[in-house]
Amino acid sequence: MSGPATATATSTLEARHLVKDFRLRSGTKVRTLHAVKDVSFTLEPGRTIALVGESGSGKSTIARMMAKLETPSSGEVLLDGRVSATRGGGLARYRRDVQMVFQDPFSSLNPFHPILHHLERPLRIHNPRLSSRQIRERAEELLERVRLSPAATFADRRPHELSGGQRQRVAIARALAPGSRFIIADEPVSMLDVSIRLGVLNLLAELQRQEHLGVLYITHDLATARHFSDEILVMYRGEIVERGPSEQVILDPQHDYTKTLLEAAADPDRLGRLRDDVRNGG
Amino acid sequence: MNAMNAMNAMNATAALGEPVLTARDVSIEYEVDPPVKAVRGASITLHRGEILGLAGESGCGKTTLAYGLNRLLKAPALMTGGEVVFHDASGDDIDVVALDGEALRRFRWNKVSMVFQGSMNSLNPVMNVRKQLHDVFTTHRPAMKRAEREARSAELLTLVGVDPTRLSSFPHELSGGMRQRVMIAMALALDPQVMIMDEPTTALDVVVQRGIIREIMRLRERLGFAVIFITHDLPLLIEISDRIAIMLDGEIIEQGDAEQIYRAPGHPYTRRLLSSFPSLRGDRGDFIRTGVAAGGAA
Repeated sequence: MSGPATATATSTLEARHLVKDFRLRSGTKVRTLHAVKDVSFTLEPGRTIALVGESGSGKSTIARMMAKLETPSSGEVLLDGRVSATRGGGLARYRRDVQMVFQDPFSSLNPFHPILHHLERPLRIHNPRLSSRQIRERAEELLERVRLSPAATFADRRPHELSGGQRQRVAIARALAPGSRFIIADEPVSMLDVSIRLGVLNLLAELQRQEHLGVLYITHDLATARHFSDEILVMYRGEIVERGPSEQVILDPQHDYTKTLLEAAADPDRLGRLRDDVRNGG
Repeated sequence: MNAMNAMNAMNATAALGEPVLTARDVSIEYEVDPPVKAVRGASITLHRGEILGLAGESGCGKTTLAYGLNRLLKAPALMTGGEVVFHDASGDDIDVVALDGEALRRFRWNKVSMVFQGSMNSLNPVMNVRKQLHDVFTTHRPAMKRAEREARSAELLTLVGVDPTRLSSFPHELSGGMRQRVMIAMALALDPQVMIMDEPTTALDVVVQRGIIREIMRLRERLGFAVIFITHDLPLLIEISDRIAIMLDGEIIEQGDAEQIYRAPGHPYTRRLLSSFPSLRGDRGDFIRTGVAAGGAA
């Protein structure tokens, strides 16, 4: 499942000066929304970068540009230091290395197809020489790896027969299917029930370690960003306003916006403080 | 004064006021085939002016229970047992389950109001804010004059931190946070003694969410209403509630002071729910970076 051994030494996925403008039309007026303004960072194998910020800060747009679902207005995405194609065979090769896990496991799986189909299809596309039996074996192996076990009992079910957490496990297995080296996970657990979120994040962390994956973890949840990533980038209105090692950004924030975000995050250790604060006229 | 002996024996906290809403052994079923027992023998006591947090995951019955307390259940949901008593400020006890027709209409929104889940999207898109606020008064306070309605509507918006000029705005002209504030203004309109808030801030960004929570706390200090605050966000509840009830599969499995729930949770599920939230500044909870999940597969 892992990528070519020789590639890992120089393997990087780099965002270089990414800019994305959207033209918005309302009536006869056209205005430009600067969704992403000059963002650069580099993903490396075995490391996780968390991109945190509120909705509208541009983090999902970055995810979509990294996954080549969106074309940057300027700047580029470099895989192993090279600009890769935006369509055709070059894009297919890019997708073998870079895959995305979407936020909503209810809409990212096709309700008409059984679970097995969702895994066999990428396997077949990226491994045209494999026999049907080999494809099926690999698909079942993937199900086991994301702990949907025994695989045979999940293979023929359809998405609606699975819980949200199980569906997101399928989505993770699908992202791993081509033998990806980089995973872009856009709010992968925010739509799941709270008590299963950590299970899915733990799984992702475990697979990342085993496969030596580079992961871009997009979230608005600072607590999981801290624990799940090596580095945190804080986005505000299309720009990265603060970046650094996770512990440092959370425990010793420098930028005012990071401080505001941290202040707004629920923290049970501040039990009763808001009440006292309000009582004292705050 | 004799209401004091109705105080919940479970709570040793001396600071609790008199009860304003008592629910005992409430059971609610969805009469489908096979029937779903959504709430099973739930008992809660809400005290005057307190914030009671109701926590649980989707499908645990927390919204159904809230609807039951406010008599908002619609078929196929049916309250199959239990009693709900509202202890009015006037000293009268109101048997909520027995209310009917005009009495029920007078009770709702006057005594207990509700901020619904996703309610910021439940404003009527083709009516401006003024018309929707006035509507509450024309329905519940028919004697009010137009000028009074206007003055009260403006006052309510000011109360929740929205500029009264926004009375002329349509919902699409307001941000999500502002729409939610308008919904809270609407729930405050008749000076209720209890407000039930069902995930009032879940869909909002954290910074906006924090602003609204602060506003709710401020209004509570000022107006003295009690709140049942429903959410799955346990860390938030611990931060803002006086007491917390934890629901699982239709049952309230544990309730107590926020501090007690946080520092000494009694039920394994409460502990599991608590450990589902990695700590922002302290320990790692259930999350183990090296990858081995403590709880195993979900």
